[in-house]
Amino acid sequence: MSDALFEIRDLRLSFPDLAHKPLFGSAPRIEVLKGLSFDIARGDVVGIVGGSGSGKSTLGRAMIRLLDVESGEIRFDGTEISQLGETDLRPLRRRMQMIFQDPMSSLNPRHTVARLIAGPLHLHGFDQIRARVDQALSQVGLPLSFRSRYPHELSGGQRQRVGIARAIATEPEFILADEVVSGLDVSSQAQVLNLLERLVSDMGLTLGFISHDLSVVRRLCKTTLVLHRGEIVEQAETAALFGAPTAQYTRDLLDAIPLPEVTPGWLG
Amino acid sequence: MADGRAAVKRRINPRLWLSGGWLMILVIAALAAPLLAPQDPLAQDLFASRLPPLWQAGAEPGFPLGTDSLGRDVLSRVLYGARVALIVALIAGSCTCVLGAGLGLVAGYYRGWPDMVISRLIEIWMAFPPVLFAILLIAVMGTGLTSIIVAIVVIDWTRFARVIRAEAMSQGAMDYVASAKVAGRGRFGIILREILPNVLPTIVVLLTLEMGIAVIVEAILGFVNLSISSDDPTWGSMIAEGRAAIHHSWWVLVFPLITLFLTVLSFSQLGEGLKDHFDPVLR
Amino acid sequence: MSFLELKNLDAHVGRLPILRDVSLQVAPGEVRALVGESGAGKSMIGKAILGTLPDAILVTGGQILLEGEDLQRMRAKDRRRLIGAKAALIPQDPLTALNPARRVGPQICNRLVDILGWRRQEAEARVVELLHEVHIPAPDRVMRAYPHELSGGMRQRILIASAFAAEPQLIVADEPTTALDVTVQKQILRLIRDLQARHGTALLFVTHDLGVVSKLCQSMTVLYGGKVIEDTSVDQFFRAPGHAYSAALLAATPKYTDPDSSLMPVPEAVISAVEAEIAAHDAAHQKGAV
Repeated sequence: MSDALFEIRDLRLSFPDLAHKPLFGSAPRIEVLKGLSFDIARGDVVGIVGGSGSGKSTLGRAMIRLLDVESGEIRFDGTEISQLGETDLRPLRRRMQMIFQDPMSSLNPRHTVARLIAGPLHLHGFDQIRARVDQALSQVGLPLSFRSRYPHELSGGQRQRVGIARAIATEPEFILADEVVSGLDVSSQAQVLNLLERLVSDMGLTLGFISHDLSVVRRLCKTTLVLHRGEIVEQAETAALFGAPTAQYTRDLLDAIPLPEVTPGWLG
Repeated sequence: MADGRAAVKRRINPRLWLSGGWLMILVIAALAAPLLAPQDPLAQDLFASRLPPLWQAGAEPGFPLGTDSLGRDVLSRVLYGARVALIVALIAGSCTCVLGAGLGLVAGYYRGWPDMVISRLIEIWMAFPPVLFAILLIAVMGTGLTSIIVAIVVIDWTRFARVIRAEAMSQGAMDYVASAKVAGRGRFGIILREILPNVLPTIVVLLTLEMGIAVIVEAILGFVNLSISSDDPTWGSMIAEGRAAIHHSWWVLVFPLITLFLTVLSFSQLGEGLKDHFDPVLR
Repeated sequence: MSFLELKNLDAHVGRLPILRDVSLQVAPGEVRALVGESGAGKSMIGKAILGTLPDAILVTGGQILLEGEDLQRMRAKDRRRLIGAKAALIPQDPLTALNPARRVGPQICNRLVDILGWRRQEAEARVVELLHEVHIPAPDRVMRAYPHELSGGMRQRILIASAFAAEPQLIVADEPTTALDVTVQKQILRLIRDLQARHGTALLFVTHDLGVVSKLCQSMTVLYGGKVIEDTSVDQFFRAPGHAYSAALLAATPKYTDPDSSLMPVPEAVISAVEAEIAAHDAAHQKGAV
């Protein structure tokens, strides 16, 4: 058995281009993922970076099979999952969870915090649900009094913690985090990043961290994968990649980041 | 957290109270019609025909809203008419809602071939002229309460199906649905537990609107004499009779008309009021 | 003399203060940042100046002086005319800021024609000229396009061109690059800077991104809870912030060049100190009002 949790080979995915659909017949397709191959090692924290339209979110959602894959292989812990149906996927769902960009829209507004966190636990037949919900809340640093709150009663940072608590409650092996700090103020962002960092080391998680913010990725991730227009342009250990980027696109990205320090002539 | 919205106090919705109040009065009136009605609604008395309402000269006690050309008491007939109207509103409204919203949810969330089938069905259905369709149905099934209800359900389910399909589609694209999927919830569970609660405000509005429409449709069918048997009091048949007598006894037309108007208005206002009430973000 | 001056500006929603005693100045040609986290009131200041505050928010005290004239004391119509002639906005979301059902050209020309009374040909010529200036290839074709046919960066260029079209002396830019990719952001920032410098426009740049501030602005106002925390030059701020909250904000911002320093959220103590300042200010204010 290899130590790769995910093995992805020649992953392809396209969407119908409805804007150019002819009157009769099917719409032409836009290739979003153009044959991606890479591994994610157990315990790794992988940053998946790229601009809008790079396919990074699509890749993440395809990996955990929120989207149907056109062709290619996705092996999760040795099991080929790219063509599994919803019923066969269900037992695997406990083991791969996701944290969403916008906690307001990913948390059902009609459910309390306790119910939101308990949801996945019920579905996967856990016992001692109350205790597990409390544990998840304390792991993300939220007071137990939050159990009966509704999402709209919380601040952005608190909501994102609820999203994280929900994801870790089933003790998954893999978590996909899709732009989870991009809607937050820097202060909440720092808190959530520190929290993720702690959870990864405490729980031995493997984390896929999708972000457009390279400073955040540099801070959190062990390896980094740069996507551009549906292709991997560079994949390396984070320190190496930031130290000596090989792809031109990576260099352009790094060059365009406005660091919070005065650099006369940066704008040219 | 300092939030501007929190500072703006929410007022109790007056239209919720007004419309709910009227409908409550109507329900009580319908239930207690035998106790409240001063006369037998079917009893004819040609010596007491066309009596004016109480406050006009020539009125007689015991006929507070006057009598029609056959001497039947208008108030009693309005009260008994409320029974038919409310039964039709409740049963036809709920059945339409369950059928239409159910199909709409399935089409909107499952997409694919169920959506194809249901959407085509809706399009074909909506191409029929509804009134003709209703009259045709009743001609085949015969008049009676069941026929009216079936006709309303068969004609109006598309109203729910279309709107709920679109709602379910947009809700289905939201991240909380993806999040439930990640959690391991099956498709049926997602519809029932995640999507349904979020389209509920829309369903409530449609349902109350539909109840109002059901009352009107029943009245229209009564007006063209296709409702339940013509002797039984319905608002529609009363309006039809009142129309013929409008020049010498206006009350036969006006009282059922006002009741009908207030009832339909109340149903739609109740829906709008409840929608705000059900919205957790506004609450 | 400063071109724009805010003196002790207060604004409320109901009884809840949104802006607390805000004073700041913008000199002609100055680029000033308004910085703060969400809820700090930074966008509200821009809206108060342009007169586009939501109905629920009322300016309850203080003055907004544009070239020494108090906007608050003008009649609504005169105020609109003055603002239309002297100031313009670059909005945050380039998609919703353009009407999706209308072609781009007429949309941006209309402002010049309807509000400023230019002739149509004059306006169109001016807009084409500006589209050249914001490096849009084939301006004629873009003028005839609908907003959805253009990329986000392209739409933002158009809005920038439209803001500069009437040669305003002040532009309020409300998070104009937040929705853009970093590579596009850099181009757009360069564009704004170039146009601003060439036309000598004063710029009030609303943002939460300290990185952008450090590259574009000369002076900055840091806000928290609708109150000015610090008013300083950008050089000074990034060398030695003058307030504990400013320093904490800077420390919470990650830098890829410095991955190993621990990322500090703004400490509770700093927040409560600022909250205490605000509470003291509110208490004093209420006493003053009575």
